[in-house]
Amino acid sequence: MSDAAVAEAGEVIVEEEAPKSFTVTLNIRRFDPEVDDEPRWVDYDVEMFPTERILDALHRIKWEQDSTLTFRRSCAHGICGSDAMRINGKNRLACKALVKDFDISKPIYVEAIKGLPLEKDLIVDMEPFFDSFREIQPFLQATSKPEKERHQTVEQRARFDDTTKCILCAACTTSCPVFWTDGQYFGPAAIVNAHRFIFDSRDEASQVRLDILNDREGVWRCRTTFNCTDACPRGIQVTKAIAEVKQAMISGVKL
Amino acid sequence: MAKKIKTNPNAGEIRDGIHYHQHDVVIVGAGGAGMRAAIESAPQASTAVITKLYPTRSHTGAAQGGMAAALANVEEDNNEWHTYDTVKGGDYLVDQDAAEILTREAIDAVLDLENMGLPFNRTPEGKIDQRRFGGHTRDHGKAPVRRACYAADRTGHMILQTLYQNCVKHGVNFFNEFYALDLVMTEVDGVQRVSGVVAYDLSTGDIHVFQGKSVIFATGGFGKIFKTTSNAHTLTGDGVGIIWRKGLPLEDMEFYQFHPTGLAGLGILLTEGARGEGAILRNASGERFMERYAPTIKDLAPRDIVARSMVQEVLDGRGAGPNKDYVFLDCTHLGEDVLENKLPDITEFARTYLGVDPVTEPVPVYPTAHYAMGGIPTNNDAEVLADNDTVVPGLYAAGECACVSVHGANRLGTNSLLDINVFGKRAGNNAVTYAKTAEFIDLPANPAQGVIGMLDELRASDGTENVAAIRKDLQDTMDMNAQVFRTEETLTKATEVIAGLRERYKNVAVHDRGKRFNTDLLEAVELGFLLDLAEVLVACALNRKESRGGHMRDDYPDRDDATYLKHTMAYLAGDPHSSVATDHIRLDWKPVRLGTYEPKARKY
Repeated sequence: MSDAAVAEAGEVIVEEEAPKSFTVTLNIRRFDPEVDDEPRWVDYDVEMFPTERILDALHRIKWEQDSTLTFRRSCAHGICGSDAMRINGKNRLACKALVKDFDISKPIYVEAIKGLPLEKDLIVDMEPFFDSFREIQPFLQATSKPEKERHQTVEQRARFDDTTKCILCAACTTSCPVFWTDGQYFGPAAIVNAHRFIFDSRDEASQVRLDILNDREGVWRCRTTFNCTDACPRGIQVTKAIAEVKQAMISGVKL
Repeated sequence: MAKKIKTNPNAGEIRDGIHYHQHDVVIVGAGGAGMRAAIESAPQASTAVITKLYPTRSHTGAAQGGMAAALANVEEDNNEWHTYDTVKGGDYLVDQDAAEILTREAIDAVLDLENMGLPFNRTPEGKIDQRRFGGHTRDHGKAPVRRACYAADRTGHMILQTLYQNCVKHGVNFFNEFYALDLVMTEVDGVQRVSGVVAYDLSTGDIHVFQGKSVIFATGGFGKIFKTTSNAHTLTGDGVGIIWRKGLPLEDMEFYQFHPTGLAGLGILLTEGARGEGAILRNASGERFMERYAPTIKDLAPRDIVARSMVQEVLDGRGAGPNKDYVFLDCTHLGEDVLENKLPDITEFARTYLGVDPVTEPVPVYPTAHYAMGGIPTNNDAEVLADNDTVVPGLYAAGECACVSVHGANRLGTNSLLDINVFGKRAGNNAVTYAKTAEFIDLPANPAQGVIGMLDELRASDGTENVAAIRKDLQDTMDMNAQVFRTEETLTKATEVIAGLRERYKNVAVHDRGKRFNTDLLEAVELGFLLDLAEVLVACALNRKESRGGHMRDDYPDRDDATYLKHTMAYLAGDPHSSVATDHIRLDWKPVRLGTYEPKARKY
């Protein structure tokens, strides 16, 4: 739309050229557990338009070249969290990674997220990730029985807004070098979701969650490398959230 | 610490290579309706939730703008006004007693969610904030009313997360990435009763049979029959298709909603909440054209009217862009603060996918296939109907896959997040009540035989037809011929094209012969459901020679209450694989339950 805009007078200026397609090479790390001993890199050339997504490229390969290529996806616009993968070494959602943002003179490398067991091609076993999430008691715990809604001021609601955006895609956790070492660390996503309740004025179980995360596999393993913040497709300040949880352990929860 | 132990993959009892499970209540689908049902069911009865996706991937999470309930937190409102709006919005095809339930139970549905932890936006007094939305009015159409409870433009995300969080709290037993492929029925004393569900474990390729006293279908929609759609890739109507293939009827399939504001060319949803906050639709010359089509509530008219008006503008040559094929959603006067705080996600979508900044530029938009008003017929207790009156014992449906009908010929925005909560809860409670007194019904001798046969045939196929090519042709013809405007001619064309595609599908190729995560096979199966449902939709659309709500027949532009104030009921009555629609689809009618509101001309 950059070339066509409604001018103030209400006239439309149209100077748009038809967008040109170009060939992009994707180098995809493939693994078929029923055939392969080790993953292998495979090249695919795909015709793409600049505004298309890496997910479009994967679909084009699957639908036109090799239907055995296997990956998860659903909503295709960054809301469902299915298609986190490692693209040129960075964790991204394939549906939010636009081709124009890559240097297409070189192949684009696509592989599964790291630190979770590889199942097939770009699919990993998500259960350990969800286990950590479930462990921090990710649900409101409040004993009061209000007649209508519990009240919360605009400021109280804003306090934990950032961490309510999490879509559990695992991009943060699987970008964390500490998580890669042994997978025992709760990981950023679990801490983000703990933060979402610890700083919710309606919740009464903050201390329980802080005790859980005070574990030796808890928040103290974070080395503040900021990979998680860079990886988050929702723009959550993940490292900051982890720091706030650390701070709450030392000096209590400040709402 | 005892952490990260590989979870038990819910193996069940294995006989002849098939896994057998037994649960009082079996829920198919883990979006809003399925999880809302599970929260009622799991604490009271043994419950299994079978879901094709991890629950948090469900498309409830893509809903944006809000959930309607006449809380009257910010201005005068009541549920009678909400009922009136719902009935009028649905072009009087709504069953009015069902709409009364929807709007009455809306209040508790919202409060339930807040009490479960949902982070709604707040008023300065700390109450749940509310915003305007299309078709929701004060005092029977006098002016827009603030009725939609919301959390920024992430209301669906918050509902999905909150429901999942509460399922974790209740220890709900999920079977993630299990793809339900058949409903098992057993004849008892001449009555077809529900006995279970057959599912395919995507991670292993194994077949699982879930015996259940009651079964709830909460499987969502089928927007992928269209090319331009707000729906996820996974919304392929599997549940509705299973019901169809069992010979149970589908209701009002011709009524499909096109959401006015999809990102042009992409179909990605931009919430109606943007217009609720004051955004304006403009044509190429900058004119606020909705003033001509709906003089009173303008841009906040119901979706069917707005979508038609947009398409009409383009057809009349007033579209914008190099091909004059879209209009603009102008948010520039709302200010950065409103966009960043109340509409942050759609602001980002426009920036990411179109490179347009809504703060400074109008956003190109065009209608996008969004929501099925029709589906599996149920009564107000969410019990599935085998005909106009007869209940299938033990079978329930809720959410988009179901047709109660609270949406009639056109759903109002924010009524679907409401629907999944009200009728999901009803389905869960009623399924438990049923299971408490019912016995398990014996499974037939080989309950998975049909599914295994279908999968083996597909996996061994040496066909030459490409799944994606057939699907693309289907989506193209549906967009071209069965979208916002329809005629006898376009629908006949669609019928012919679909017939050809159904023939081609018999020769479809699956190249992945493996057992584990065989998404090639999955897409082939999904395509079968898409072809079935598109065929039914078009047959129903041809049969309704009037225009009502989301079904606009250009050759019959008026509503015809004398002939068509009734629901369509479609039955499979013949060879399910036949490509000739008329030889296996039987169409019938079901009366609309009218009430307080007499059908009137629909003006806004």
